[in-house]
Amino acid sequence: MAAIKLDHIRHAYGPNPVSRDDYALKGVDHTFEDGSAYALLGPSGCGKTSLLNIISGLVRPSEGQLYFDAHDVTDLSTRERNIAQVFQFPVVYDTMTVAENLAFPLRNRRIAPAEIKTRVAEVLEMIGLTAMANKKARGLNADQKQKISLGRGLVRADVGAILFDEPLTVIDPHMKWVLRSQLKQLHRQFGHTMIYVTHDQTEALTFADKVMVMFDGEIVQIGDATQLFNEPAHTFVGYFIGSPGMNVLPVKVDGRRALIGQQAIALPSGVTIPAGKSIELGIRPEHLTLGRAGLPITVDRVEDVGRRRIVRARLEGLELAIAAPEDADIPADPHVAIDAGRIGVFADSWRLESRS
Amino acid sequence: MKPWNNRAWFLVLPMLLLVAFSAVIPLMTVVNYSVQDTFGDNKFFWAGVEWFRKTLHSERFVSALIRNLIFSGIILAVEVPLGVLIALRMPKKGIGVPICLVLMSLPLLIPFNVVGTIWQVFGRNDIGLLGGTLKSLGFDYNYVSNPVHAWVTLIVMDVWHWTSLVVLLCYAGLASIPDAYYQAAQIDGASGWARFRYIQLPKLSRVLTIAVLLRFMDSFMIYTEPFVVTGGGPGNATTFLSIDLVKMATREFNLGGAAAMSLIYFLIILLVSWVFYTVMTRHED
Repeated sequence: MAAIKLDHIRHAYGPNPVSRDDYALKGVDHTFEDGSAYALLGPSGCGKTSLLNIISGLVRPSEGQLYFDAHDVTDLSTRERNIAQVFQFPVVYDTMTVAENLAFPLRNRRIAPAEIKTRVAEVLEMIGLTAMANKKARGLNADQKQKISLGRGLVRADVGAILFDEPLTVIDPHMKWVLRSQLKQLHRQFGHTMIYVTHDQTEALTFADKVMVMFDGEIVQIGDATQLFNEPAHTFVGYFIGSPGMNVLPVKVDGRRALIGQQAIALPSGVTIPAGKSIELGIRPEHLTLGRAGLPITVDRVEDVGRRRIVRARLEGLELAIAAPEDADIPADPHVAIDAGRIGVFADSWRLESRS
Repeated sequence: MKPWNNRAWFLVLPMLLLVAFSAVIPLMTVVNYSVQDTFGDNKFFWAGVEWFRKTLHSERFVSALIRNLIFSGIILAVEVPLGVLIALRMPKKGIGVPICLVLMSLPLLIPFNVVGTIWQVFGRNDIGLLGGTLKSLGFDYNYVSNPVHAWVTLIVMDVWHWTSLVVLLCYAGLASIPDAYYQAAQIDGASGWARFRYIQLPKLSRVLTIAVLLRFMDSFMIYTEPFVVTGGGPGNATTFLSIDLVKMATREFNLGGAAAMSLIYFLIILLVSWVFYTVMTRHED
């Protein structure tokens, strides 16, 4: 087990990167603490898989250094790094049985046969495939194959870290929940450093102690669920976390007021507005109240999402989502009231911290 | 309800005629010859299975069959492993890919009799580059008079001509393996051999089945190249079934014997191909 330190890692897939856009990873500088469970959350193409492959050694970063504890492993091969990785699509060795599949990483490392036997039996128990131990892997279904892939990641007792690259994509929803809980339990039990890549916020928030949100080749915020929800560091985090995401409204600043068309909203005190940057306000749908007071809006449609309703509206032509109680009625002359304490101010997409 | 009738069967008629004239009728003609005796003048006498009995008991047939089996065995033993090895060594991306693919395809595009002629001349020890070079190096190489030299020449020629087919099939098979398999093998610490044994070889099993079948059938039916290069000699050293068959049918005009031999030849290829296929696909499902 090890702490993983990424020291100014940048990576470009093409040769001779010049501009910032040439890089798939645009500068990652972070330490994964030993024994913690992290989730890397972000949309497709944001660089999360690249980051994972750099940690496991499948990809060598164009720039920067990688450390496991104090050792520089940047130039070590995957094999020498002793990392386990589980991929999005199940990889099984067709001609081997289930048990042989699990024993494979151990055999390659010349572990004593007796120990292999006990480890394989333990992992079979863990993933619930004991009954199928001697079946050929090729006949299994996708769920079972992915369990074998997971099992091969878990079978080595001494791994530095276990990396998961959207491992539950092909698993059916019920099994997903079961496996995720099992992974969490394994983490508590054995304390491996785990990094879990996903684009599903629920998966990220339930699995990890710390969620790192990636966007466009950068880590934009690291935090727990509350922090990501209440204090998104970047408009992307606000938009990506929450369902529906945060409303982001471009505004013009006039003294302490933000202007949206004809309407004005008071800016939160304690925030200094820098000159020359584009300013946006971020307000969660949960912090808006539909009623007869506040700013006038027009309602486009109402979505019923179970225990609450999402009102899709327009404020001076800008789209706005408002969370309303299940039984809320839509007034004939709708207005929206904003919880002033919950307004976030963003300059060029990054959050301005309030000093109060 | 729409009226319906059986007239749609007429749509099958063109294909039926084509197959009848190209396969069924010629085959049945051969069957017809194989069970009769003819003395010209279109007079036929019923002979039953006599031709088949004679063929199977003739030393001439049996020794040609053994030559064929040995030839196909050597061809498979050389071309399949060599083809796999070359496919594994071929570049996966970049300018090397089209260059290699074109080079590999070239021998396959040359007509069989031209291949034979190329090697016939190439191997001659008076004017051929190969034969001349070997001779000047002190080897007494002469495929016209030495049976071993004739065999080696035919085998090297076939390897030159057909290994590409195995290479191209395997290359396509290798290209279809997702990267995730290689990545997982790296993570699992697999050696190069383990990667071949547990990832590449299982994924190649299907194309290898096809490669083995094609190479067996084609090498077992080989005619043109040995006909051009050695003409079946020296003596009968390279007289394969096909060469013997043509000799019997067109030079000796032994129609009954040739027909029986054709049918036995055909059934052997069918049987051996079936055995290969069954053995190689028995693990599936």
